[in-house]
Amino acid sequence: MQRFDRTERWLHWANATLVGVLVATGAVLYSGDLSSIFGRRALIEQIHVIAGLCLPIPFLLALPGRRGRALRRDLNVLNRFSADDVRWLRSRGRDHTVRLGKFNPGQKLNTAFVGAALVTMLATGLVLRFFGPFPLAWRTGATFIHDWTALALGLAIAGHIALAVGDPHALRGMLRGTVPESWARRKRPRWYEAEHRPDRPPEDGGVSGRKIRERAGS
Amino acid sequence: MRILEDMDGTPVGRRVFLGLAAFGVSGIVWGSKAAGLMERLLGPITVKDGSGLLGLLPTGRFRIYSVVGSLPSRSTADWRLDVGGLVGAPYTIGYDELLAMPAVELTKDFQCVTGWRVPDVKWKGVPLAEVLDRARPQPGATALRLESFDGAYTESLTLDQARRSDVIVAYQLDGKPISSAHGGPVRLYVAPMYGYKSLKWLQRISLVDKVAPGYWEDQGYDVDAWIGHSNGRSDTPV
Repeated sequence: MQRFDRTERWLHWANATLVGVLVATGAVLYSGDLSSIFGRRALIEQIHVIAGLCLPIPFLLALPGRRGRALRRDLNVLNRFSADDVRWLRSRGRDHTVRLGKFNPGQKLNTAFVGAALVTMLATGLVLRFFGPFPLAWRTGATFIHDWTALALGLAIAGHIALAVGDPHALRGMLRGTVPESWARRKRPRWYEAEHRPDRPPEDGGVSGRKIRERAGS
Repeated sequence: MRILEDMDGTPVGRRVFLGLAAFGVSGIVWGSKAAGLMERLLGPITVKDGSGLLGLLPTGRFRIYSVVGSLPSRSTADWRLDVGGLVGAPYTIGYDELLAMPAVELTKDFQCVTGWRVPDVKWKGVPLAEVLDRARPQPGATALRLESFDGAYTESLTLDQARRSDVIVAYQLDGKPISSAHGGPVRLYVAPMYGYKSLKWLQRISLVDKVAPGYWEDQGYDVDAWIGHSNGRSDTPV
């Protein structure tokens, strides 16, 4: 069954590419050992800055209009924490009687954290690169925040990749858009049931027949 | 998916996002104070820690900058220092001869213009004044042009600045020969100025009649780079 539409997958992999470039070039700029191996600091810095400036573009392209409908809906889902989510968090994911929706609460927290971290990285990165108009203490503050946030973000990304690789079905959901029905029933029962409920209530004050057909077909 | 329980929950995700983002971005303003605190708390530990995990933390650590495509490297056997220009007795010395000159040790911070500071670094080397006097500067000589063997990095000092006792031609850092990453085998250490004045991979010193801006000064940094009194910064002087 469909988990992520084309826009969501495109956004994910566009972000993954940009963040991958940022992490790689950032690591070289940051680490003495890697700098020693690669040199070319000016070039690596330029790549890092350009990739950073591009960071908001995929999101801004994916969000509006019809093409961003699934994305906006999922962001709304990610925003909400159910009573089951709280139980899941309390048990640190070990309570298997919890019935989860489309995302587990760890994914929801990760989304909030990674989103905030990327905004922080972009803002502090801009101050680092274009420090002219700002007090110089800001540059020091931005360096400090940029470095520590990078460290935390790196850990979050490493965890994200490890979990994805450890669950091939979830990974397929982001690669091809679909997950096996059995996976959804087992791991995301509420989402599974919602998707299979014949009498789905209207969305955004009324769903047209066309939208229903689209969803049925997806 | 505007259905079933997914939409029932408490909308806290966005608040977490906004809260964290506000915390992070506002750090641009309060971060320099926090950074100073962290440097004081963690700096002395990380600088001694060497290769451990603490070395990966973004505090009290050197960051290695190279302005050319690779890290310049030269063995102590091949290393030479030329001292020339407006002098009575230009000379060239090798590594062993430099080590035979009267040395001084300084334990002082290294402050970068981009904000990071490594506390209590142990430096050992020959006072730049000694190196210069051996060449007998002519009366017209008022400034120095310093060149790195990387072929790109240059720096400048006035002769008065160069004669300060806290300006040395360094060959040891924290008790060890200076690695090429840190500008070895021989680099400058200009204690009272921002790090970019402490030219790495030192190869040539020329006495000249006026200051010519060096590599970073061409990029917009101040020529007189006193810590706390230049580049718009207010760091504690070293």
